[in-house]
Amino acid sequence: MSAVLFPIVEKPFGRALANLGERFPELVVVDADLQRATDTAEFRSRFPSRYWNVGVAEANMVGIATGLALSGKTAFCGTFACFASQRVCDQAVLAAYCRASVVICGVEPGLTSGGNGATHQGMLDLAIMRAIPNMRVFEAGDATETASLVEFVLEHPGPTYLRVPRAKAPVILDPAAYRFESGRAVRLAEGRDVTIIAAGIMLPRALQAAETLHAEGVGARVVNMSSIKPIDEAEILAAARDTGCLVTAENHNILGGLGSAVAEVVSAHAPVPLVRVGVRDAFGEVGPIEWLADKFSMSPTDIVDAARRAIALKVGIGERA
Amino acid sequence: MAEDERIIQLRRTCQDVRRDVVRMIHAGGSGHPGGSLSVVEILTALYFEVMKVNPEDPGWGGRDRLILSKGHASSALYSVLARRGYFPIEDLLSFNAPGSRLQKHIDMLRVPGVEVSSGSLGQGLSVGIGMALADRLDGKDRRVYVVLSDGECQAGQTWEAAMAAAHFGLGKLIAFVDRNRLQTDGTIGEIMGISPLEDKWRAFGWRVQSVDGHDLRQILDAIHVAGADGSRPQVVIAATVKGKGVSFMENSVPWHSHPIDAEQLRTAIAELDESASEFEPV
Repeated sequence: MSAVLFPIVEKPFGRALANLGERFPELVVVDADLQRATDTAEFRSRFPSRYWNVGVAEANMVGIATGLALSGKTAFCGTFACFASQRVCDQAVLAAYCRASVVICGVEPGLTSGGNGATHQGMLDLAIMRAIPNMRVFEAGDATETASLVEFVLEHPGPTYLRVPRAKAPVILDPAAYRFESGRAVRLAEGRDVTIIAAGIMLPRALQAAETLHAEGVGARVVNMSSIKPIDEAEILAAARDTGCLVTAENHNILGGLGSAVAEVVSAHAPVPLVRVGVRDAFGEVGPIEWLADKFSMSPTDIVDAARRAIALKVGIGERA
Repeated sequence: MAEDERIIQLRRTCQDVRRDVVRMIHAGGSGHPGGSLSVVEILTALYFEVMKVNPEDPGWGGRDRLILSKGHASSALYSVLARRGYFPIEDLLSFNAPGSRLQKHIDMLRVPGVEVSSGSLGQGLSVGIGMALADRLDGKDRRVYVVLSDGECQAGQTWEAAMAAAHFGLGKLIAFVDRNRLQTDGTIGEIMGISPLEDKWRAFGWRVQSVDGHDLRQILDAIHVAGADGSRPQVVIAATVKGKGVSFMENSVPWHSHPIDAEQLRTAIAELDESASEFEPV
């Protein structure tokens, strides 16, 4: 299978914070002893009075961010995605209940923190955050979107959970043209046989899978679903109508994440076969991301297989009808 | 006004608030009488004597802010806010009615004057730190008050926050601990002891004052001393009586959360009327 290669940029999240600090004086940042993961060093050095580190105290971090937000700030706070959700669930609920402009940033989500093993792999953050009223849930698909998401949240403040990459990220979307919008998905490939709805690091894998399917004569639409909540219902229903079956690809437990969110939409409005690619209710393991993606059946090949299964299910339903 | 007369007026307000509390909880069918009655003097002193606020414009940018971290003492706060002019006193009897904005635990988006929603214990001090940091960043000369229960001093986040407030040198952050020594399941000492509480706060870098939490003059003096420091966060540990003012609720664990029936209401009001009459001229 030929690999789809994208240019790589360094620290798109940290650079976006630092670059936007001037334009948005209300932007403040709170860390919890993981500045090297959240890439906030540049922001801290440029805006030292607007940066605080609370040490290993994530609950306190989100609480402090809530107080800052209730004083007119847009308060970004972050740590590994697992800790930015599991350790602060109740504090996130309070922030959302108060409609405080707290932006909780889960870095290195899912399998991407593979070098640290299972305790550091956030596999249920989307499930937790999606279930909190008032909370928006966004996941950056690449470096361009990472920067655009930060800018969007500053322009439209409110309680938000952001899944962002650490250190390096590919550039898939055109930085000159792309602007993130809440509740809007973007089509990156067109096809009539199946739609692959992907988010985060699964986006380049979905594009690669679509190329493989194309070579076999199978048309796969690819949708970047970076706005997981609110989700783009119209785009999901269009995909169900136009292609008759769906595959979701997420770097998360298949319980409660993107696949569940898509299933909630289609089951209510346009039931079609849906095959979910993601971690199948398991804890992670230590290893490099490509090895883990193979191990947990989340590689481009697995997405291709899932697409074939979805298409076969569609035929089955057609025959019964 | 002579200082004694001011104190007498505040005491009258406290008795009004206590009568509101028992009437509200009776009307609502449930509530938290014990911890609402213990915190009355703290809230009354702050809202009627100390804090710069503007009930006509609850969001006024120069106001001092108070976080009732022990959000179950809502009935006391609602009464104080209504009597301070934030909303009509008549609204108080809608306490905990279906769909009422005066919920058993406070909601900042629905009740004017409530700065932060609370109910899930242990979070208020962290939010207060964020507010104090924002004030310092913005050069605003105002204070943040956080009212904690002693039960909340069992919560880990309270101590994460205590550590951070001292580390950040937040001299305009003033906390109160309503030290009524009881919690839902029993006495604090039986369930999970927190003594020596003063030493703990001191060890975390706070300036500690201990007062009788029903003595308005002691409370006001402590706030004055706390406000004059400015170098570090301040905590006032207020020794209180849970259920204060109603004999059968005082120091009684079940009255942490308990409905008040018609007979109990009559007795409670009679007792509160009698103690209020002590301030009136003969």
